[in-house]
Amino acid sequence: MTESNAIEARGLVKRYGDKTALDGFDLDVARGSVCALLGPNGAGKTTAVRLLTTLTAPDAGTARVAGADILEDPVSVRRGIGLAAQDATVDGLLTGRENLVMIGELHHLGRSASGARADELLVQFSLADAGSKLVKDYSGGMRRRLDLAATLVAAPELLFLDEPTTGLDPRARNELWTVLDRLVGEGATILLTTQYLEEADRLADEIVVIDHGRVIARGDARSLKRDIGGDQLHIVCAQAEDVATVAGILERLTGARVSVDAPARSLTVPTDGGVGAIATVAAELAEREIPVEDLGLRQPTLDDVFLTLTGLPAEDGAPATPTETPAEALR
Amino acid sequence: MTDVPIPTRARRRARASASGDTWVIARRGLLHMRRQPEALADATIQPIMFVLLFAFVFGGAISVPGGGSYKEFLMGGIFAQTIVFGAFGVAIALAHDRGNGAIDRFHSLPIARSSVLAGHAVASLIKSLLPIVLMSITGFIIGWRIHTGPLDILAAYGLMVGFSFAMIWVGVLLGSLVATPEAVQGVGFVAIFPITFIASTFVPARTLPPVLRTFAEWNPVSSLSGSLRHLFGNPGGTPYPGGPWPIQHPIAYTVIWIAAIVLICAPLAVRGYQRSIAS
Repeated sequence: MTESNAIEARGLVKRYGDKTALDGFDLDVARGSVCALLGPNGAGKTTAVRLLTTLTAPDAGTARVAGADILEDPVSVRRGIGLAAQDATVDGLLTGRENLVMIGELHHLGRSASGARADELLVQFSLADAGSKLVKDYSGGMRRRLDLAATLVAAPELLFLDEPTTGLDPRARNELWTVLDRLVGEGATILLTTQYLEEADRLADEIVVIDHGRVIARGDARSLKRDIGGDQLHIVCAQAEDVATVAGILERLTGARVSVDAPARSLTVPTDGGVGAIATVAAELAEREIPVEDLGLRQPTLDDVFLTLTGLPAEDGAPATPTETPAEALR
Repeated sequence: MTDVPIPTRARRRARASASGDTWVIARRGLLHMRRQPEALADATIQPIMFVLLFAFVFGGAISVPGGGSYKEFLMGGIFAQTIVFGAFGVAIALAHDRGNGAIDRFHSLPIARSSVLAGHAVASLIKSLLPIVLMSITGFIIGWRIHTGPLDILAAYGLMVGFSFAMIWVGVLLGSLVATPEAVQGVGFVAIFPITFIASTFVPARTLPPVLRTFAEWNPVSSLSGSLRHLFGNPGGTPYPGGPWPIQHPIAYTVIWIAAIVLICAPLAVRGYQRSIAS
């Protein structure tokens, strides 16, 4: 257990029927680091997590996870990991505490240690008051927090979080991010999947972009954004007739290609000038008395990343395929 | 990160036991039953209601060949039907767990995968005992009596537990072949419900038209009902002359069925279950 990497995957392949969900997937995640798998629906994120957590076996390739081989010693792998699947899989008919105690017993912590650990986690995740309530009466945010607590019961060295904030409202998402920040601060190793560049940027040391089962880019948020072109200056005009004029101004000031969405009266242009760029543009617009509804800097989105890396927009909102979550396909 | 001392991996490995894990998962199944009003009603109110309805609604209309009380005739059949219906419970529980990701969570834990299925099986066996007890009490209140000795009674209840055990594997098979809890209800109703009726469950097999009569005579639900009537000394428990082998030897025939169901269904069920989760 002295390996420096918590995850080392080589050439993982997984097929479902004639569809290849994962097509030669390599990944190294250093101990104590946070890695985000970023990609649209159907890219193979969940399949990668299912292989690495031993839920399903690869058709080819191999991986060492938490110091053990996923094929030769899957039970050892499971002893060292915690998995929070896409839909919080806590048990609605048990109380929050019963859920955690059950997980502790199945990790063979012993009954009294399982109980003590459950109480400790309920406090840490602000669920102490809800601990004796049935989970089916929890809010979405509470379920996610309990789900995350459940992955931490046996203090695993490596956490897998599959789209931890999908389906949460902004407040619950921020709460969850705060919890994850704390875990990261305590030195946890985390592999998380997400569809949001903002989330990957906020939480991860390294971002691995995958599409069609392959890694198409990897690096830290800064280097990825440098490749993509940094921030975007975003303007929404108050009047449709000003759009063309504003496009001209932007092009002159930034020297870059302006993308215009005429029906929305919005214009976007890449910039590396930061707040200074806003000031310059704002001054020019004020001088010419052109009214605007919105003017600001925007982070590049997943779509921008995919446009740059693949020349194609992210296939977001595509129907969930069986490769993404088998549970979803069953519904 | 934690003030609670977490045992080392080696220590946890040493403490792992498949039977312990099975029991943890079985306990969860029992808690589920207690907290789901519909499931609890299936296991408690429904058997009691069936005993009362059939005893008082049909009781006056159906006469038992060879004489005797219909209420006493009824009990063997209604025990058998309830035991067969026990297959639904485990099938629905499995379909639920598969649909909501619980199986994935269990499989990400350091336990033998077989303990998930074994936990479901143990929980359903315990669940199937509850209706048997409640029906025995209800039957006794309305006038069902046992006319035999302790060994026969023991054999009768043993046979019921054995058949319940066999039906669990039918349920696991059903739960792995069918995707959702609703589909389990549908298939179960179409396939299993008629089997429990084309039998000597509520009426003597001899009164049925020829084709149905042959089906009923060879139906294990009939032989289970007949065995229980015989072991409790109730009407309908004496084989009628000229009946086929299963009618002459109901207990042996029932035991053969239990063995056959377990030997055939259990491996198929385990394989079907593994396939249903291996995606």
